[in-house]
Amino acid sequence: MNEFRVARIERTLSLSAKVARINWLLVVLLCLAAMIGVAVLYSIADGSWTPRAAQHATRFGVFLLLMLGLALIDIRWWMALAYPTYLVALLLLIGVELFGVKVMGAQRWLDVGPIRIQPAEIMKLALVLALARYYHGLAVERATSLRHIALPAVMIAAPVLLILHQPDLGTAMLVGATGAVIVFLAGLSWRIITIGAITGLIGGVAFLIFGLHDYQRARIETFLNPEQDPLGAGYHILQSKIALGSGGLVGKGFLGGTQSHLNFLPEKQTDFVFTALGEEFGFIGTLSVLVLFMLILFTGMMIAGRARHSFGRLAAAGVCVTFALYVLVNISMVMGLIPVVGVPLPLISYGGTVMLTVMIGFALVMNIHIHRNAELPAGHGFLL
Amino acid sequence: MARRNEDASGLFTRRALVLSGAGVAAFGALTARLYKLQILESDRYRGLSDKNQFNYQLLPPSRGQILDRDGVPLAKNADNFRLLLEPEQVPDLDDLLARLSKIIPLREDMHERIRKSLKRRSKSSAVVLAENLDWAQFAAANLHLPELPGVRPEVGELRVYPDGPSMAHVIGYVGRVPESMDTEDEPLLRHPGFRIGRTGAEKALDKKLRGQAGALKVEVSALGRVVRELPDPATLARPGDDVVLTLDQHIQSFAAERLKGQSAAVCAIDIETGAVPVLLSTPGFDPNLFAKGISGPDYRALLEDEFKPLFNKALGGTYPPASCVKPVIALAALRQGVTDSHERVRCTGKIKLGDREFHCWKRRGHGPVNMLGAIGKSCDIYFYEMARRLGIDNIRDAVHEFGYGENFDLGIGGGSTGLVPDQAWKRARFGTSWSQGETLIAGIGQGYLATTPIQLAVMTARLASGRMVKPYLIKGQEHPPFDELGFSTAGLGAARAGMIAVCEAPWGTAHRMGGLGLGDLKMAGKTGTGQVRRITKVERDDRVRKNNELPWVLRDHALFVTYAPADAPRYAVAVVVEHGGGGSVAAAPPARDILRELLKDDPITLARLSGTGAATKGPAT
Repeated sequence: MNEFRVARIERTLSLSAKVARINWLLVVLLCLAAMIGVAVLYSIADGSWTPRAAQHATRFGVFLLLMLGLALIDIRWWMALAYPTYLVALLLLIGVELFGVKVMGAQRWLDVGPIRIQPAEIMKLALVLALARYYHGLAVERATSLRHIALPAVMIAAPVLLILHQPDLGTAMLVGATGAVIVFLAGLSWRIITIGAITGLIGGVAFLIFGLHDYQRARIETFLNPEQDPLGAGYHILQSKIALGSGGLVGKGFLGGTQSHLNFLPEKQTDFVFTALGEEFGFIGTLSVLVLFMLILFTGMMIAGRARHSFGRLAAAGVCVTFALYVLVNISMVMGLIPVVGVPLPLISYGGTVMLTVMIGFALVMNIHIHRNAELPAGHGFLL
Repeated sequence: MARRNEDASGLFTRRALVLSGAGVAAFGALTARLYKLQILESDRYRGLSDKNQFNYQLLPPSRGQILDRDGVPLAKNADNFRLLLEPEQVPDLDDLLARLSKIIPLREDMHERIRKSLKRRSKSSAVVLAENLDWAQFAAANLHLPELPGVRPEVGELRVYPDGPSMAHVIGYVGRVPESMDTEDEPLLRHPGFRIGRTGAEKALDKKLRGQAGALKVEVSALGRVVRELPDPATLARPGDDVVLTLDQHIQSFAAERLKGQSAAVCAIDIETGAVPVLLSTPGFDPNLFAKGISGPDYRALLEDEFKPLFNKALGGTYPPASCVKPVIALAALRQGVTDSHERVRCTGKIKLGDREFHCWKRRGHGPVNMLGAIGKSCDIYFYEMARRLGIDNIRDAVHEFGYGENFDLGIGGGSTGLVPDQAWKRARFGTSWSQGETLIAGIGQGYLATTPIQLAVMTARLASGRMVKPYLIKGQEHPPFDELGFSTAGLGAARAGMIAVCEAPWGTAHRMGGLGLGDLKMAGKTGTGQVRRITKVERDDRVRKNNELPWVLRDHALFVTYAPADAPRYAVAVVVEHGGGGSVAAAPPARDILRELLKDDPITLARLSGTGAATKGPAT
């Protein structure tokens, strides 16, 4: 392997060199998103730092330091830990399956603030890492082949089925979609993609018809016709649309959202935080947030594109995909475009687990940015 | 390796571009959707948001009172401490009802009722949990309010009828809005527990009494809890108007007391104006039970009572006028010139028509009687003869002029036309032609002829005044001055003289009760005994059974019509006692007593009594 080494490929970097390479634009963008979250949470609490705004800020601060810390460690550690992390996450999911909420053994390890660990959240990142790790060691022409789709397919299907069985349709679809996108980016042939898409479509329709839990079916029916039962299950969607729509161009002003302040909005500090924002800051506010998220994603994708190793490209892109799916699903949901699935808006919604997942994800992205020129062996070893 | 990496990099870049394109498209779609929602449809959602934020609480108006002619309330309002339930705010109904049962008495069957009304109403409108709580219960419930989500205390209105049964038929009662009623345009009708007039004056005058709802604009939270009342109360409720009736609470109560235990009807009319100071049907029922919501067994008992307490007999009960019709027959005979007031008809106790015999109530006969005697003694033979000479169509025309066949419902409903038969009617009804025997019994007010107590009172008022007196009950519905009747003064004088003889002549049928008892004011009247059954030839040959030997429903109706003072009539009164027996015994004394009470309250009569009591100079009658 050494004969192919190019001068620009770096084996190791000094700490100062790493710090110098920190992508501050990404840091600033993430801080901006978190600050918007703090502002909205402050407003929802009728202009109070308690109970959530201050904690949101503190939590972000801690996680930002964690992110920078994780960004500076050697990228090989990330790679090395890819499969183990995936296995641990899978075991946790199986644990959830077997012991329900009792499997909180990992809670102490991840507990930052009063958060419950959701193994599915860990799995989102773990799957990105594991798939990136798998494809890193695979020649591109082999990645396109059907034979090598088998293992990634299992790697994706196992957690998806476990999460689906919890049941958590929303997260399962997010995990599945993230995995599928990474397989796509790794170079899966269009022929297989087409066949897969058709199979998936048929399977999806079959699942919608036969495999849904009653509460999920009710959600979907409500979604299709929210006005039918305005005070029942369609209430959330309808009230959310009212809040967004009544915000107009410039919104009702900071602290001025009647829908959120008078409690017409459900889950306004978590899943429906975007709605509260839209009510108070209007189209200008929501558009700004969309632009901010797109900038974050653009930065992330640029980092992915500039990485000189498959692992970095796929992992960074995978994090971006996860992040983008969070945003798209959440915003579509609060606007009534898709059923309510319980996906928060990253960095803005209150809640530690998701913020931690997202920040560790961006730690990985930042790490890839810093180690974009690192030489990474394509070994198939369990660790390095 | 590097080449492989370059390949992979190139592939990644291409695919990443595809992916980014998809991402941009997705974000673009969201932006477009947001634009539609927040810019294009903003107005609509702003309206919905306002509707969320503000709620109009309906302020029900206070119902107008119903007053008697002196301003005594016959229907008024009291505080109704009640608890309402906002269904959408109740997380667990069973739990709530269980908790509530510990605070206020809540019968088990009420649980079912609440559940039922919850199902019926839309989720957004409140239902009544408990009504007419006493102050202690209401205070206790208010104290525990924080533990009772969805429960809203309210001081509503309870309709109260101080006189209860004696006014029940005229005033009627209020009750729940019937489910069949269209409440689309009138949100007030959907207000929980709102009552509207269901019968009587309450129903007839409901629009006037109801008033207009006000609305209070309040800011509410999603749970419906009122955050604040807005300073500009949208509109205050406009209370309903009071309604004044011609009834006299004091005398109506007196009449009810006087006829207690009987199935009877009374109607009194002010002869000058047509005002109705007494309109009574006994037994009555307690309208307060209906206003609060009557229980099933109570209601069934009222329905099954053979005295028919729910029925307004004074307006809707039909009875043969019996001998009360005789003065009118006499007038008709004079007008048609078939007799004069001096002609004597010989009464032998019966008269033959073909092979049928018609009997006088006095088996041995009255001997020769003129008009005065015939009315005073109520001789049947005389009036059979007059009827025979008149024919049914002349009788029909005469009684029509005295109000028979006309529905006087006084604007409160429940009236009846009674029945005035003639040849055409019989042909249409039975397909057979009229027989002369039927004319004869019409002459003594029997047969098909049917009248209501108010028609009898109208007849008496018209006889007394010679004018087309029309009754009214509701102040503001007075009639214009009454026209003269188409009968001669002399004829009217003769009929009146007969009626005075009934009460004042020693041989008069109602003389035994001893007159009016107000100084030397005289009264006029006519007894009537309405036969309910057919007396067979066999029974008549043996002995006609006395009323007290018959079951109640077969006994005769007792009737008495009267007016006084005879020389300057003020009031006319008609009394019908169902199956009461002879009119002179069962109906005349209470009618006289009611008439006396009316006169004792009448300023003109009082002036006469206190003035030169002895110097009564009336027209020669």
